Amino acid sequence: MTEQDDTTAAAPLRVFLVDDHAMFRAGVRAELGGRDIDVVGEASSVAQAASAIITLAPDVVLLDVHMPDGGGRAVLDQVRKASPGIKFLALSVSDAAEDVIGLIRAGARGYVTKTISSDELAAAIRRVADGDAVFSPRLAGFVLDAFASRGDAPVADPELDQLTTREREVLRLLARGYAYKEIAKELYISIKTVETHVSNVLRKLQMSNRYELSRWAADRRLV
Amino acid sequence: MALQPTRPGGRLYRDPQRRVVAGVAAGIATHVGLPVLAIRIAFCVLLGFNGIGAVMYAVFWAVLPVEPGRAKRGRDWQSALPFLAIGGGVLLVQQLVGLSGVQSAIGWLVALVALGAGVIWHQADPQRRARLEMAVTKRSWLTGMVGDSDRPGYLLRLIGGGILVAVGVVGITAVIAPIPGAGLTSLLNSLVFSIVALAGVGLVVAPVLWRMFGQLRAEREARIRETERAELAAMVHDQVLHTLALIQRNAADPKSVLQLARGQERTLRNWLYKPAWSASERFAAALEEIAGEVEDAYPVAVEVVVVGDRPVSEAIGALIRATREAVVNAARHAGVDTISVYAEVEPEEINVFIRDRGKGFDLGSVEETRHGVRGSIIGRMARHGGEAEIRSAPGEGTEVRLALPVRKVQDNDAAPAEGAKA
Repeated sequence: MTEQDDTTAAAPLRVFLVDDHAMFRAGVRAELGGRDIDVVGEASSVAQAASAIITLAPDVVLLDVHMPDGGGRAVLDQVRKASPGIKFLALSVSDAAEDVIGLIRAGARGYVTKTISSDELAAAIRRVADGDAVFSPRLAGFVLDAFASRGDAPVADPELDQLTTREREVLRLLARGYAYKEIAKELYISIKTVETHVSNVLRKLQMSNRYELSRWAADRRLV
Repeated sequence: MALQPTRPGGRLYRDPQRRVVAGVAAGIATHVGLPVLAIRIAFCVLLGFNGIGAVMYAVFWAVLPVEPGRAKRGRDWQSALPFLAIGGGVLLVQQLVGLSGVQSAIGWLVALVALGAGVIWHQADPQRRARLEMAVTKRSWLTGMVGDSDRPGYLLRLIGGGILVAVGVVGITAVIAPIPGAGLTSLLNSLVFSIVALAGVGLVVAPVLWRMFGQLRAEREARIRETERAELAAMVHDQVLHTLALIQRNAADPKSVLQLARGQERTLRNWLYKPAWSASERFAAALEEIAGEVEDAYPVAVEVVVVGDRPVSEAIGALIRATREAVVNAARHAGVDTISVYAEVEPEEINVFIRDRGKGFDLGSVEETRHGVRGSIIGRMARHGGEAEIRSAPGEGTEVRLALPVRKVQDNDAAPAEGAKA
């Protein structure tokens, strides 16, 4: 998730902020300024957000999970129909499992909590813009839990419904708080390979029909 | 205006504290300022006039409310004896003189109807409602069904009242219209009439009862909401407002502000998503508790990720204490803002990783001096068949890995773990 010294993006990234708290938007705007990240627009409601995002076509949308008129899920669904190329990074105070898994499965490429430091947030935005995934340690833990091999669960599609040993190792290290660079060093692979593994896990998370994933949103209440 | 009420503007009540039968005489006596004895004797004497004393008594009893603030006293049957004797005497005299007849029978029967109606009517009186309400809220529905002594009595009285009314109506019909030679038919007819009359009473009383129960339910719901609101208000007041005040006072010290905010956040989360397990029961809950305690004691954030869960055993208790020691060490010596704790519960092994990106230390030099590591972490794990491994180097942070082999959890043990999180 973290990589503080990864500040070599070419052009300034265009970022759009969706959050119903004006103070939080102002804070993020201030934090991201001077980091080669351009906040091109803000919205405080689902209705405002969807049309503005489609018009502005930013690189990355920072999306609040909980909003009064429908939440991040509604924005994701509306925008992805019109402009599937725009990437979303979910941002929330809550890292409850149903929120995390729900937004990832709706198409977000990552999930971070609002307590994240500005360095880490900037790094996460860049990673998402590059087409990679951003997993918080907690999200990595959820995924490991959801894909745990429970002997009795039948696997419909092994390609989608199971994690490889390598992916599992990467997720474990993510959950232990390792940065991508540290994971690469630990497993003797390149950072690019780590990113590929994480992206593959994200794809499985989005596409798999594992019972645990669909059930999660419905009845799990982990905090 | 000779009979001035003793309490100006006072209403007429029944006085159950001084009652012999239902407190009617006592109530009237207080109201009109005559001795109770006189009123009681008057009722008894009036019995002789077509039973009008009984009718009056029954009607008064049905209509008069109980005087507020007067506790009920048990009936004193002994003091009733003289009045029974007087009543009996009056009736006897009446029989002897030959005044008894159809009229007196009707009087008695009307008294019966009034009594029955009164019994039913009193089921809806506000005091009983209050009592019923208390019974409903104090007991769970089960004990309410099984152990509520008031409820069978309630039904019994309702039915008893009904029977009294029915008998009275039947009797009145039989007395007023005695068709010669058709005793059975007239009795049947009157039975039908009485059933109709009962249905009428039911129709009158049912809405009252229905309204009463509805009111009761609404009041209960309102009280539950009120309790919830009070709980929320207390929580916000004791905790959130207090924390906010502390944050304002410590605004110059970012570290303590962070610590305050973190502690408050944790409390709120626990309050909102009440944890399914206590720290003494489940491994994951115990790790969360450790994180909370360390965050309260040191200015660090402890990020806990747990995959899987199981009940706490003696060995797992040792693992939890070792984890705690490692987290506290990191908080104390590493000089970092964040400590990561990752635990994975597998069927045959539990692994815990405690990691910081802090100063780190030279393993060779420190293990001699830092007793905590050797005794509380490595030794403790070894005693329970597990192992502890410490990876650290100056400037590279520290990672403690704790591994504990465990026996496979039985299915009936694992099942509630899954179910309870749901």
